[in-house]
Amino acid sequence: MKPLREVGIVGWGSYIPKYRVKIEEIARMWGKRGEWVKDDLLIEEKAVNGPDEDTATMSVEAAKNALKRAKVNPKDIGAVFVGTESKPYAVKPTSTIVAEAIGATPYVLAADLEFACKAGTEALQCCLGLVASGMIKYGLAIGADTAQGAPADPLEYSAACGGSAFIIGSSPSEMVARLEGSASYVTDTPDFWRRPQQPYPSHAEAFTGDPAYFKHIREAVQALLSELGLKPSDFDYAVFHQPNGKFPLRIARQLGFTKEQLMPGYLVPWIGNTYAGSSVTGFSAVLDVAKPGQRVLLASYGSGAGSDAFSFVVQDAIIEKQPLAPTVKEYIERKEYIDYAFYAKYRGKIILS
Amino acid sequence: MRKVAIISAGLTKISRHWDKSLQQLFAEALDKALASTKISKADAIFVGNMCAQDLSRQNNLGALIADYSGHLPATSIRIEAACASAGAAILTGYMAVASGLYDVVVAGGVEKLSEMNTKYVTEALGKASNVEYELFYGASFVSLNALMMKLYMETYGVDRTPFAEFAVLMHKNASVNPYAQLPFEITLDKALSSEYIAEPISLYDCAPIGDGAAVLIMCPLEEARKYADSFVEVAGIASATDTVDLASRDDILLLNSTKVAAEKAYKMAKIAPQDIDVVEIHDTFTIMGFVSLESLGVVERGKTPKYVKEGVFEKDGDLPVNPSGGLKASGHPVGATGAYQVAYLTLQLLDAAGKMQVPSPEYGLAQNLAGTASGSYITILKRAR
Repeated sequence: MKPLREVGIVGWGSYIPKYRVKIEEIARMWGKRGEWVKDDLLIEEKAVNGPDEDTATMSVEAAKNALKRAKVNPKDIGAVFVGTESKPYAVKPTSTIVAEAIGATPYVLAADLEFACKAGTEALQCCLGLVASGMIKYGLAIGADTAQGAPADPLEYSAACGGSAFIIGSSPSEMVARLEGSASYVTDTPDFWRRPQQPYPSHAEAFTGDPAYFKHIREAVQALLSELGLKPSDFDYAVFHQPNGKFPLRIARQLGFTKEQLMPGYLVPWIGNTYAGSSVTGFSAVLDVAKPGQRVLLASYGSGAGSDAFSFVVQDAIIEKQPLAPTVKEYIERKEYIDYAFYAKYRGKIILS
Repeated sequence: MRKVAIISAGLTKISRHWDKSLQQLFAEALDKALASTKISKADAIFVGNMCAQDLSRQNNLGALIADYSGHLPATSIRIEAACASAGAAILTGYMAVASGLYDVVVAGGVEKLSEMNTKYVTEALGKASNVEYELFYGASFVSLNALMMKLYMETYGVDRTPFAEFAVLMHKNASVNPYAQLPFEITLDKALSSEYIAEPISLYDCAPIGDGAAVLIMCPLEEARKYADSFVEVAGIASATDTVDLASRDDILLLNSTKVAAEKAYKMAKIAPQDIDVVEIHDTFTIMGFVSLESLGVVERGKTPKYVKEGVFEKDGDLPVNPSGGLKASGHPVGATGAYQVAYLTLQLLDAAGKMQVPSPEYGLAQNLAGTASGSYITILKRAR
């Protein structure tokens, strides 16, 4: 999918909560050897929300950072989309809370999107479309999660908290990354799901790999490359969804991308899988360091299943905007370790009467 | 009774075949097997399978497979004997041909374990135990094998090292097997430091969960040349049973069903254990490989660790064991496993095993087990002259 008009990102920002729980600490709880789990997942530690943090507050923090860089009037934002699978309310939008908190209400389109780990790039896609069509001036797209992993389930080692926000616009002088094109690939593939009233998701073990994550990302990226007439070596950076440390390394290798292209946006060993926030936070980390003229591939994955792939070219305005808000690296380095007891408390695993 | 030949073998790669059904897998193996013969229709099909009703919600595999593979209106029967379902199908196929009731028989097995998550697979496989006395109390096959391994280590004064060395050899063999599920080599350190599943059994002591189908085409020995250019003779075949629950046995390190069935098969083939040139044994766990070799009479009791270290079981050793990589690394598509073993031996005796080939074997033996050897199916193949 190629836009008819110039469209791209004019501001970006992330938020990662400061608490971390180490993989060894979770492994200790369940009688596993931490080294085995770390070798298996290539994750050291994961980010955990604090007691007063949820997807709404993290989205607001990320949006405020994006606004600092975009330098736009919040009243000019015509749409706010929050992509998440951990809405604070089952019924009542998160996007209205965010829109109100940043001062974008009341003449604004707002909606929450859910597609497992892919909802963040859907928010991005919706805003890109609305801005490119001329219907709105700016759009705010957020991908954020406080992801659930059942106690002792393999997902508990990776499910983490964090997110990123992007302000989309069409003015070339404001733009930090121009969209070249995107491609989506979706099938009905039940690899991971959560039914209403269930606190934790279910998954189909190894079925989440080849027929799910790898197939969908591969197809979306190949469709994008084919439509744009590009090859992996034309890109300076490649960011993929990061459910664990191994999958993005493997899909990069399968598609012909190098470790050098992958590493700047490869965050999972230090923050875990932030679900709808995962690939977009990798993308945010790339924008923190990218230079004008460089090309970035972003490919998400959402169970159920699908992948959105994008190609962006970095623009001149990025240089002056990079220092205006905290970088992803700074958020990763800002950390305080907690034990399993505090982790269980902060994640709401202890039910208070 | 007529003598029986195997004129062809067909195998699918053992893998997690997400996109193929039971009948598709079996038909794929059957088409491959028939391709090198002059046969287009089978008189009878015997399908080994253990878990279709639990994991694929499918029964009546006989008709399903005959229909899907284009062999209607052949006799077609599904045979269940736990992990030895395919061994039982081969014995049944042998009886069908030897008796004169059928001429061209397809015997094999198919299994799809990837349809459900591990806990359901573990439960489905656990039904091969004595459910009231074992599974009900939480004794799955990994824990039963762990008990055997602990006793073996204590009885013979060995640690986990020889078991890990055996796993390393199986992976080395599987690395050149085009049908293997785990075709990669591992280091001794990796095997020893892998995660415990049920102590002392760790990850690399275990066969993987996989899907696959293997079939053999059988016919009367005297008519074999009519159907194919090359073939092997089924020189000996036998089965025996033992208590289903491990606890009721006097000696859990001697698989009596294997001992009895092997003795019968050696007698039928008119050979001694020392005449066997290559074996494919049922190493669901490395410990099961050890006690299998010792119960077959091809290795003295307690000597397996010594022979592993000395390289006796390597492809160019005195007794090549599982040149395919065995269940451990080639894979264990449960109800098809016995057919894979006999198919691998058929390839060996036809000198058609490629990089798995051992030097000019005359006799090969396959040992297929149900559960912790509550049933044993022994097949001895002989090079046809």
